[in-house]
Amino acid sequence: MLTDLTIAAAAERLRRGDLSAVELTRAALDRIAATDSAIHAFLTVTADEALAQAAAVDAERKTGHDRGPLAGIPIAVKDVIATKGVRTTAASKILADFVPPYDATVTRRLRDAGAVIVGKVNCDEFAMGSSNENSAFALTRNPWDLDRVPGGSSGGSAAAVAARQAFASLGTDTGGSIRLPAGYTGIVGMKPTYGRVSRFGVIAYASSLDQVGPMARDVTDCALVLQALAGHDPRDSTSVDRPVPDYGAAVARGADEGARGLRIALPREYFGGGMQPEVEAAVRAAAATFTSGGADVQDASLPHTEYAVSCYYVLAPAEASSNLARYDGIRYGLRAPADGLLDLYRKSRAAGFGPEVKRRIMLGTYVLSSGYYDAYYLKAQKVRTLIRRDFERVFADADVIVTPVAPTTAFRIGEKTADPLQMYLSDVFMISVNLAGLPGIVVPCGVDAAGMPIGLQIVGPPFGEEVVLRAARAFEAATSWHQLRPPELAEGKPPK
Amino acid sequence: MAGSGGRCYTPPPVKVSVDDIRHVALLARLALTPEEEAELTTTLDSILQHMDQLNRLDTTDVEPTAHVASVAAPFRDDVVTNAPDADALLANAPARDDDLFLVPKIID
Repeated sequence: MLTDLTIAAAAERLRRGDLSAVELTRAALDRIAATDSAIHAFLTVTADEALAQAAAVDAERKTGHDRGPLAGIPIAVKDVIATKGVRTTAASKILADFVPPYDATVTRRLRDAGAVIVGKVNCDEFAMGSSNENSAFALTRNPWDLDRVPGGSSGGSAAAVAARQAFASLGTDTGGSIRLPAGYTGIVGMKPTYGRVSRFGVIAYASSLDQVGPMARDVTDCALVLQALAGHDPRDSTSVDRPVPDYGAAVARGADEGARGLRIALPREYFGGGMQPEVEAAVRAAAATFTSGGADVQDASLPHTEYAVSCYYVLAPAEASSNLARYDGIRYGLRAPADGLLDLYRKSRAAGFGPEVKRRIMLGTYVLSSGYYDAYYLKAQKVRTLIRRDFERVFADADVIVTPVAPTTAFRIGEKTADPLQMYLSDVFMISVNLAGLPGIVVPCGVDAAGMPIGLQIVGPPFGEEVVLRAARAFEAATSWHQLRPPELAEGKPPK
Repeated sequence: MAGSGGRCYTPPPVKVSVDDIRHVALLARLALTPEEEAELTTTLDSILQHMDQLNRLDTTDVEPTAHVASVAAPFRDDVVTNAPDADALLANAPARDDDLFLVPKIID
């Protein structure tokens, strides 16, 4: 099937002329039509616009102009990323009818690279969640087992790639929202360094943590999309003005040299406890793969790991409570019938936000309120410094850090919705990386007894995307986990 | 003295009252139902109890991290870069009158 091709393979055929962008886009749209009633990854499918974009790429290619490896490749975009003229909801009722008047910088960069946007994919409301169960509109299911969550918050982005509905997708990652669903669905997802990719036009959740990144089926494809996204944007004041390396070269080095000479740290705080034994075994086996590939794998310590979840759930809701103050029912978004201005604010926000968003706004407002600021917010900012220093110490002697993605594989739908704190703890191995602003990638490294994918996280120092990609590709080249695919789809029949 | 197995369980002190929740909900401009107030009183309390673990750490001489980016806020020239387009900006307005956003009366 055309939809099984990697981006690299499809791009080669497009370049040779034995495949057209329109054919490839039709294949993706047909796949979405055949499978999305079971998966529910998409909130909006932009079939007409996608086919028009694809036709334009084909016409341009006939004139001899080649925009590069993403030209004509169908890609899905998380619904917190603005797409001009296409509804962008953040999976929230408060933005149910919002149509952005402009493209996010990452959307524009995809379009400039000739990528074909096939639609907008589901997520937890305002990217707040670890399971995708907080969407106001749809329950996205894990293509490996439809009774399990795809992870969150970029669950639609992950499920669409795993189910072969799109060749890659954009996600956002504030506390693991790219990496956790990538791990739960057996694909590759990368959170770049804070500042590497513009957030202009990305609906804000927690601005000191939010970052956009690629999700794809292998490391090579992930690097191709990152190459298109990365770079300075004067319209995002946190975007860093430094040269963008050749990520393809870093990936090639991983394939050519393997893990030889890489110094890899294995933090002891990321193992044991309530971890699913198969997860620990798979990650330890991955470490052994690195060792036999010539890497120097050493135990290390990130002593403040256990504080990361508490630190994050002070800081992120605090920032969210401020960012989401803009949804007031005045200039855009839902407006509830009300008696006077204050009543309009309170009723519009009550009607528009779902339970988890309300919970985080309340938590954030509480920790910022008079009398609690020093005890919670300032304290958490200081603990954030301790977490950063942990990583600085380890990176003095290591090129990358390797960890599990989560203590378990994807959990069942409804399993954690009753207890918000248990849901928050799913992100325990993800969150420190956001607090420290580091790049991290997730690659598949095994399956458990139920056949659910297990992910491996590889973390680098700030702006260390190249060494992260090299290590990830070296692992991928030495294993075949990335070639596994969701079982019901492998049998060629639509999911139940 | 707690002997073997003799330690009594003392429930942790409650941090959040329903009055706190009502006060914070007003600050946050959220109208909550009585059920939501009750649920948030319980869940915020348990979340904040968990966060108390942060107080086990001595952070006396630790600088806070607001942001990992080390760059200062950049300056730009104060020039308009987008063309005025009132229709585009008002297209998502829940209520409008020509080129204006309509809001409830705020001054009698």
